[in-house]
Amino acid sequence: MKQQMVGIEIENVHLSFGNTEVLTGVNLKIEPGEFFAFLGPSGSGKSTLLRAIAGFGPRPSGAIKIGGKDIVDLPPWKRNVGMVFQSYALWPHLSVRDNVAFGLRERKMPRNEIGPRVDAALDLVGLSHLADRMPNQLSGGQQQRIALARTVVVEPQVLLLDEPLSNLDANLRVQMRRELLSLQRKLGLTTIFVTHDQEEANTTSDRMAVLDGGVIQQVGSPQVLYDNPQNLFVANFLGTANVLNGKVEKSGEQMRFVTNTGDALPIGSTDVTSGSIVLRPQNITISASGNGDTINGKVLHREFLGSQIRYIVEAAGSEIIVDQSHAVGADWQEIGSDVALQVNAQTAVMIADAG
Amino acid sequence: MSDTSRPGSLADKLPSALFPRVSGLGMVALLIALLLIGLLIIPVLLVIYVAFQDPNTGALTLNNFQDFFGSSLFRESFWNSFYVSAMSVVVATIIALPLAYITTRFNFAGSMVIQSLGFIPLIMPPFVGAVAMQLIFGRNGTINLLLKEKFGVSIPFMDGLNGVILVQSIHYFPFILINLSTSLRNIDRSMEEAAQNLGSYGMRLFRRVVFPLAMPGYIAGAALVFIKVFDDLGTPLLLNVNNMLAPQAFLRISSIGISDPMGYVISFILVMFSIFSLWASFLFMRGKDYSTVQKGGGGLSKRDLRTHEKIMAYGVVAMILLAVLSPHIGLTLLSFATIWSYAPLPDGYTMQNFVTMWNSSGEYITNTVIYAGLAAVADIIIGTAIAYIVMRTKIFGRKALDYLATAALAVPGVVLGIGYLRLFHGMEVPFSGEPMASWWVIIALALMIRRLPYALRACTAALQQVSVSLEEAAENLGASKARTVKKIVVPLMTGGILAGFVTSFATAAVELSATIMLVSSDSDAPLAYGIYLFMQTPSGRGAGAALGLVAVLIVGLGTFLSQMVVERDKKYRMSGQEQ
Repeated sequence: MKQQMVGIEIENVHLSFGNTEVLTGVNLKIEPGEFFAFLGPSGSGKSTLLRAIAGFGPRPSGAIKIGGKDIVDLPPWKRNVGMVFQSYALWPHLSVRDNVAFGLRERKMPRNEIGPRVDAALDLVGLSHLADRMPNQLSGGQQQRIALARTVVVEPQVLLLDEPLSNLDANLRVQMRRELLSLQRKLGLTTIFVTHDQEEANTTSDRMAVLDGGVIQQVGSPQVLYDNPQNLFVANFLGTANVLNGKVEKSGEQMRFVTNTGDALPIGSTDVTSGSIVLRPQNITISASGNGDTINGKVLHREFLGSQIRYIVEAAGSEIIVDQSHAVGADWQEIGSDVALQVNAQTAVMIADAG
Repeated sequence: MSDTSRPGSLADKLPSALFPRVSGLGMVALLIALLLIGLLIIPVLLVIYVAFQDPNTGALTLNNFQDFFGSSLFRESFWNSFYVSAMSVVVATIIALPLAYITTRFNFAGSMVIQSLGFIPLIMPPFVGAVAMQLIFGRNGTINLLLKEKFGVSIPFMDGLNGVILVQSIHYFPFILINLSTSLRNIDRSMEEAAQNLGSYGMRLFRRVVFPLAMPGYIAGAALVFIKVFDDLGTPLLLNVNNMLAPQAFLRISSIGISDPMGYVISFILVMFSIFSLWASFLFMRGKDYSTVQKGGGGLSKRDLRTHEKIMAYGVVAMILLAVLSPHIGLTLLSFATIWSYAPLPDGYTMQNFVTMWNSSGEYITNTVIYAGLAAVADIIIGTAIAYIVMRTKIFGRKALDYLATAALAVPGVVLGIGYLRLFHGMEVPFSGEPMASWWVIIALALMIRRLPYALRACTAALQQVSVSLEEAAENLGASKARTVKKIVVPLMTGGILAGFVTSFATAAVELSATIMLVSSDSDAPLAYGIYLFMQTPSGRGAGAALGLVAVLIVGLGTFLSQMVVERDKKYRMSGQEQ
């Protein structure tokens, strides 16, 4: 089933529902064969953007190019873009086999070719034995796979997945996302995956776009986005972040971040002069007494999470979350005790004030 | 505060073996069961039994059926009834399908009009409209006179069976419209989008995905139309089409007498067809819950119409609505007409018909209010009791009670009427000594049984809205079962119960098929029967139409009121939830 891989270019796309603008100036380039994620909270416009690519919803302005060809004015049935719906949208009046064969029949494929193609697609998702069942006789995971088979059997140029895992339970979700990825690699299909779950996006995608309020906040690989968020939204949306406000001061070669409360932390070189510093909980070390550039604070809460111990420390005028990995016999800081927090200068990320 | 129902009363202290007790609700359930058996099951079984009985010897036999199918008139009647029912479904579909599709599919300003006007046919008993339609679509009616004058042709809309089909399909198509629209609205847009995504569109998309998904609703509506038309007596009678099953049953019983077996054979066939249609549609729908709307998804995506599409849509809707409203238009014209025959419109207009009607039908109206009022009050009391017993207790056989009450749906009015005539034949009313079969109370009882399924549905729906925890909270604070029902459950159900009352009352007020069998003297007759009598003579038509308008107003007002109550209740409940 492997075919010519195509890229997707989204150029200056705006989209409104009535007077409400839900996508603003979206520009994006998705490489051929890439597994790409749209990540964002509900209402961020991620599903709207995906549906615009499939041709559903109001007509956007701007261009959406698949393989270099603008498809904005094509109706959904002429786009050859495969979409798997969040609800799977298996037709309850058709058997599994008829569901999967639907798209091929619409393409007027000869009857004797449809059978083998359907079998191959069912085989691909490992559910050949369920061909004669009705959709309501299938479990959630099986429905998901049939929906996938129904979509890939027509050999679309692009695969769009709208929150495909959100209706599955936690264990199945982990298993299905691995299966999705290996299937995508096998087919070499350019794929867009919409999710609000950062873990899903992190574990599956080559690159992702974080959306908020109809605007793309940042594009990049999961690791780049986590380690170098460009703004506070991305920093907070991807994992837990401690954010402190203040100024950058230079003393000799060493740059230091001085918080509004006067506490100072060493940082790597930066162009930012004033703004926020983002500290990941696991990049802060906690100890009974510090030496050098540390921030002093007091332990408010302590939670044992198994592999980690999470402290909430009152320091620098805010509550800072600190994660320490836990090993047998490790020392714990007591609640109410005075502690010193130390940050590795290279791990802190500076974000300039907006505007 | 009374303490009698609290635990700790004398009866509770005695060992139960010494003092066997049936709970109050158990007694109620038993009484209702007896009532339903006596007034529904026994009459129907009696009718079926007599159908298999030799009229002379009383022995069981199949001879009656042999005689029935041996007679060419009965064979023809059987075929005609079947043909008329099937064709009515077809014509009703032709009317309902475009309306349902346009309203659920497009952002169409006419949707509201269709939704309200589309239901208007139901508020007029079909036989009332039949005469008016004769004047508009008949051989010498408005349309054909104009056609003849302009083009020299005429179309036999109302000749013979065509007339019955046209009247019935115009009257009953809302059943298909309601059910089909609901089904269409319950299809999630992703169902359609998935098909478009895979290359399907237009008519093909409708045929392969949308319509099959709406099929359960369509079948439910179509089955209902089929049964209603198959059983209907009033319309063929008024159109003077007697070679159908229900009119034959009526004519045999009313002209030959209640010992003639043919009426019973026909009744048996009518019941069997009703049960068969319901069963077939049930079989079809089993395992086919196609309602697929997702949270936040909300039905098929609607799109705007282009200008030429808009013109076409309005054209189609206007045509259909004009046809659908023609009985009402005709009836109104007729009620104000001096003379209307062999002319497109009445010769002149007058209020005389209303005066005549008022002078001669005060009794009909009083009777109707009494019968329908009694029937509806009884319906909501029994309906509430059954709903409570089924949903809130564990009384043995409670489900059977529900089925028993609902079974009345499958019993045509003619059959119930014949059953009552036979059952109460020869019995006397206690004290007064008049023959029971011609006692007016029997009419009210028949109406009660006929409308019980509707009242029961309304009461069940109302009770479903009352959360069990509200009752448990009352019991937790010390209220007994009886007091909880009185203080909490019934007040919260009031809206639904009231809606049930109004629906039962309004439809009972215009019921003809059972009452026409049971009315023994004009002074006992209700409004529907009065209209029937008026319409028998050309000179009485005007007054008949005026009385028909009264009937339409009663049912229309009733429907409007029950709708208001339900809506108000919904709002009240919603605001309660928000706070």
